[in-house]
Amino acid sequence: MPENENKAKVKEVIKKYHKDKSTLIDVLHDTQAAIGYLPREALETISAGLDIPLSKVFSVVTFFKAFSLTPRGRHLINVCLGTACHVRGADKVVEQIEKELGIKTGENTADLRFTLETVNCVGACALGPIVVIGEDLHGEMTPEKVSEVLKNYS
Amino acid sequence: MVKIKSPAELGALKNSIMEKRQAEKPVITICNGTGCQAYGSKSVVAAFENEVKKQNLESKVDLKVIGCPGFCERGTLVVIKPKDIFYQRVLPKDVPEILSETIGKGNIVNRLLFTDRARNEKIVKEGDVPFYKSQMRLILGNNELIDPEKIDDYIAIGGYTALAKALQMTPETIIAEVKKSGLRGRGGAGFPTGNKWESTRNAHGDIKYIICNADEGDPGAFMDRSLVEGNPHSVLEGMIIGAYAIGGHEGYVYVRNEYPLAVKNMRLAIEQAEAYGLLGDNILGSGFSFHLQIRRGGGAFVCGESTALMASLEGKVGEPRAKYIHTSEQGLFGKPSNLNNVETWANVPLIINKGADWYSKIGTAGSKGTKIFALVGNITNTGLVEVPMGTTLRTIVFDIGGGIPKGRKFKAVQTGGPSGGMIPEKLLDLPVDFDELTKAGSMMGSGGMIVMDEKTCMVEMARYYTNFLMGESCGKCVPCREGLRQMKYILDSITEGRGKEGDIELLQDLAATMVDASLCQLGQSASNPVMSSIRYFRDEYEAHIKEHKCPAGVCKIAAAAAK
Repeated sequence: MPENENKAKVKEVIKKYHKDKSTLIDVLHDTQAAIGYLPREALETISAGLDIPLSKVFSVVTFFKAFSLTPRGRHLINVCLGTACHVRGADKVVEQIEKELGIKTGENTADLRFTLETVNCVGACALGPIVVIGEDLHGEMTPEKVSEVLKNYS
Repeated sequence: MVKIKSPAELGALKNSIMEKRQAEKPVITICNGTGCQAYGSKSVVAAFENEVKKQNLESKVDLKVIGCPGFCERGTLVVIKPKDIFYQRVLPKDVPEILSETIGKGNIVNRLLFTDRARNEKIVKEGDVPFYKSQMRLILGNNELIDPEKIDDYIAIGGYTALAKALQMTPETIIAEVKKSGLRGRGGAGFPTGNKWESTRNAHGDIKYIICNADEGDPGAFMDRSLVEGNPHSVLEGMIIGAYAIGGHEGYVYVRNEYPLAVKNMRLAIEQAEAYGLLGDNILGSGFSFHLQIRRGGGAFVCGESTALMASLEGKVGEPRAKYIHTSEQGLFGKPSNLNNVETWANVPLIINKGADWYSKIGTAGSKGTKIFALVGNITNTGLVEVPMGTTLRTIVFDIGGGIPKGRKFKAVQTGGPSGGMIPEKLLDLPVDFDELTKAGSMMGSGGMIVMDEKTCMVEMARYYTNFLMGESCGKCVPCREGLRQMKYILDSITEGRGKEGDIELLQDLAATMVDASLCQLGQSASNPVMSSIRYFRDEYEAHIKEHKCPAGVCKIAAAAAK
């Protein structure tokens, strides 16, 4: 993506939050939503725009789990590893997804179709194990259901 | 929307909303909380909208899309009022029949009714379902009555009348009332809310911040999410009353980013309350002003800790600080700040409206009111349960929760989230309140309740929690950062069959150091799962270590044991 276009997007976000330093986390969320991840250039623009040292911006980005410094796949898979999902075998679902996609948690597939992450709880515990793909919630997952569900995403 | 300028105008608005509604006209409520959305409730809602038009029923029935009523196990939930007919596990294909039979002809669709397995009978009315029967749904019950996207729904059930009443009281009287009610913080620590308000009010400084902690990071707990999603105005109303009592004019709601629907509904609620003049400048013509902003979290468990949350609100890394100066003196941006949890705020309107005397009759000597628990894990009826403080674990797990599925036996229940403790079967008659849980080596926490059956290995559960907390430790202080890491190594080796004599004692030593020396509550309570499982299930640790056996058959230690 052209760098200027990204820069314009980031500036738009900073403007929305009135250059308020304390909104850094929201600015990062919106920037990531606009670009897909947080490239170094975006962090530099945010640092200048909010007048926060780049090192501080970087430390916030790496502290919180929600942010990614590398590009992500078209579909973000989040497997819930909250306690309710854990006692119902969520770890086996993760293993199966890793096997099918040939990647480890935290990685992208080579064709950038998927990124696999885990999340601590999405709060839909009645249906555990839960797998969230993009904005879709898939409940009562089992290793056997994995390939069927993944098929729906291209 | 026209601004409401006085309590009298609020009353007039309520009356005009009620006049437009026909009491006898059936209303179909459809749960569309995050839990039911996982069952596909969005398509059920769409099916109802289409089918009502198709069958020309617009004049005969109203649809109401609501937040979570709590019985997540049986979603998508549909209730037809005023007859209270309860349909569960509703799919889009059931919709035409519900409309033509129940609305059109007044017949019940039997296959969609809930079956009480114990008595083998179908139950028609929602109130007769055992899951709801033993509950006392003072806070959560309103979720069923309102569309969270419509402030008029909240006003119709008497919403914001507590605010109107409070604005005619003095701040001191409000604080006295909250103190007298015995309300304690629902976020975990159970600090008396009125005392917290009083110290913030008495703190020096003109600017005081009012904060709502909706960073529900406890995995397996979702009551705060359901309140913010399903009844955001009750939280707002509590906050505005608190702000008036404390003397704060600015506030924040800090919501987990993992809860997109909660963020959306809270944002909408703030806009609507502002449009009506219930939030913003000169609230209800009283001269009191309060402005509120939403901030999203970044996915860090430690940000549920008040000082870490405040650091994060300032745009900084979410690390806690030592609290030798309380946040009520110096909190957000160095100003006096009052932080309460979602459920605590939602209790406030109730106390103001019904009075401290009424409120303090509910619960136990030291813990007043009700508490919402998220009942999850190996349990028949997963969902949200609201009961008076002091209800026994047995009532919650067996009467309301329906016991353990698959014919298995109960083994333990973890209360208080990842840093709570595991409570064994022999303590099932424990009345659940702040003090009893602490005595049992666990804690109330925010209200997560994870039920484990006999096929659960307690050592592996302790390892799971320790691993979670290790990942979530912010790393600022050594006892928590390194203590958890070492604990996890030891637990890894025990669960893999490499445990040694003395490992249990080493875990206990580490735990004692972490309790004494950690900076914040995360580190101080992090050893609870390990300590409580050693206290109540020591034999399982010993079986792993001495016999290289996992009694529950969970840990893969066969290969290591053979060596």
